[in-house]
Amino acid sequence: MSMIAIRDLNVWYGAGRDLVNAVRDAALEVTPGESFGLVGESGSGKSTILRAITGLAPNWSGHIEIAGQTLTPGKRDREFYRRVQMVFQDPYASLHPRHTVDQVLGETLHLAGLKGIDKRVSQLLDDVGLGSKFRFRYPHQLSGGQRQRVAIARALAGEPDILLLDEPTSALDVSVQAEILNLLTDLRDEHNLTYLMVSHDLPVISHMCDRLAVMKDGEVLETLTVDALRAMEAQHPYSISLLKASVV
Amino acid sequence: MTLLDVQNLWVKFPTRQGLFEAVRGVSFSLGKERLGIVGESGSGKSMTGRAILRLIRPPGIVEADHITLEGRNLLTLTEKDMRDVRGEKISMVMQDPKFSLNPVMGIGDQIMEAYLVHNRVSKSEAWRRSVEMLEAVSIRDPERVMRAYPHEMSGGMGQRIMIAMMLIPNPQIMIADEPTSALDVTVQRQVLDIMDKLVRERGMGLIFISHDLNLVADFCDRVLIMYAGRIVETCDAGKLHEAKHPYTQGLLNSLPRFDQPRKHLDVLKRDAAWVNAPDEEGAA
Ligand SMILES: Nc1ncnc2c1ncn2[C@@H]1O[C@H](COP(=O)(O)OP(=O)(O)O)[C@@H](O)[C@H]1O
Ligand SMILES: Nc1ncnc2c1ncn2[C@@H]1O[C@H](COP(=O)(O)OP(=O)(O)O)[C@@H](O)[C@H]1O
Ligand SMILES: [Mg+2]
Ligand SMILES: [Mg+2]
Repeated sequence: MSMIAIRDLNVWYGAGRDLVNAVRDAALEVTPGESFGLVGESGSGKSTILRAITGLAPNWSGHIEIAGQTLTPGKRDREFYRRVQMVFQDPYASLHPRHTVDQVLGETLHLAGLKGIDKRVSQLLDDVGLGSKFRFRYPHQLSGGQRQRVAIARALAGEPDILLLDEPTSALDVSVQAEILNLLTDLRDEHNLTYLMVSHDLPVISHMCDRLAVMKDGEVLETLTVDALRAMEAQHPYSISLLKASVV
Repeated sequence: MTLLDVQNLWVKFPTRQGLFEAVRGVSFSLGKERLGIVGESGSGKSMTGRAILRLIRPPGIVEADHITLEGRNLLTLTEKDMRDVRGEKISMVMQDPKFSLNPVMGIGDQIMEAYLVHNRVSKSEAWRRSVEMLEAVSIRDPERVMRAYPHEMSGGMGQRIMIAMMLIPNPQIMIADEPTSALDVTVQRQVLDIMDKLVRERGMGLIFISHDLNLVADFCDRVLIMYAGRIVETCDAGKLHEAKHPYTQGLLNSLPRFDQPRKHLDVLKRDAAWVNAPDEEGAA
């Protein structure tokens, strides 16, 4: 069984003259425990695929299946959001500026219907390498990397199976990026997570993922393993040009 | 030949916790070369670039023994003379072209306006020259772009237009602050190739500020590595991978390497001593 199965996916924004066909006839499959990457230039539809899964892009047709369950366009239930969580590029925009770390995590745990919140908050902070001294800080009192750790802790709160990661380190310095990628590697092992990760950075995707799809203009051009990519076995000319531009 | 010489540059900001020293005694000189400045965010790269052009606003404080351009110390020029320097001698390209172009003015009008400030020619001549400028930065349909507005341009196009405008006065020095960081990798290359060609052909000096080590290693001739407001190391760009300072090595090792898969990336271990180590002289 696959953890994420997508077939014939079309996603669009707007209507009439403003219609944008952001994803066209996309297909991909991610097995449990696997890390799958989506690469491509900006505007190619990578984030839109994640948004269709989470219900943030309501206009879609085709087939999306999460752990054997077929999704329909429209609202996702609470159980879905427990299983599937998303981490965004800019943790500052996704954290409430007037809520402390404690409030952010406490509220998420509460909404997930979990008990023993106090203990869980400190566990989560330990899990993401922050520790309790950050518990009562506000987002503006944290560095970019620390904020991304909080966003990851929040995503982990309901003990999800799947993390959708949208450029999680693109706004960070390389030294901080290394810390966050290492954290994601360890959390994947400890919590048996499946990752679907979007990035424009091919070396980052190659480091984190087993397989990847190359996207352009809303279409999946090619799906291949990272090993095949490393062996320069990419087929599509666009994948090859992306590879050339990324490997200096 | 030295175009610009910076000696002992400091940039300070008063804060509630006292004076914050963003740049701490930086010295370097620039010839007809592509000089990279790299370092993590907050290391003082942008403040160094802005201080040269005296773009740091009060209460920010800029001090230096000198910042010399053609035998003149920029720090002692009047604001009026400094405006001429900014217009004609040193140009600056910023990260996001959308903030630098006027959103409600057609692109053609903006380029022509910039051209007419520096050249006494007719409007039709300014139009013709502007189209040539756009061609020089590899814009394929310059006539259409002349009639368009900034929001109709992609990031890569916008950045090329900015570079075209910066080149109109034929400056000797271009300071580019993360000029391609907001662009896709494939577009990044195209914009860099254009900058490279122009810098070579015109014999300009380029200060290229970036947080991307590989990009700088690939694109520049020489690299200054900044940490906490100081230059901790200067190297030939081609030899960046042989850098000696543990900070530079740490940054390089923290990058995922396409050809060297590994489970964990190296994490930079900071040494308190780096902050106070003496500034490395970045002389040309
Ligand atoms: N809310 C929206 N309304 C209209 N168009 C959108 C919206 N969000 C994204 N798009 C368009 O959909 C396409 C795909 O965008 P996106 O999935 O964000 O790309 P990527 O993540 O690969 O950069 C782009 O052309 C983008 O302009
Ligand atoms: N107006 C200001 N007041 C106080 N500190 C400032 C101000 N502007 C910049 N700084 C600080 O100066 C340092 C250097 O900034 P900058 O040169 O922009 O770094 P970067 O290397 O990322 O370009 C940073 O720590 C920044 O927070
Ligand atoms: Mg995106
Ligand atoms: Mg900067």
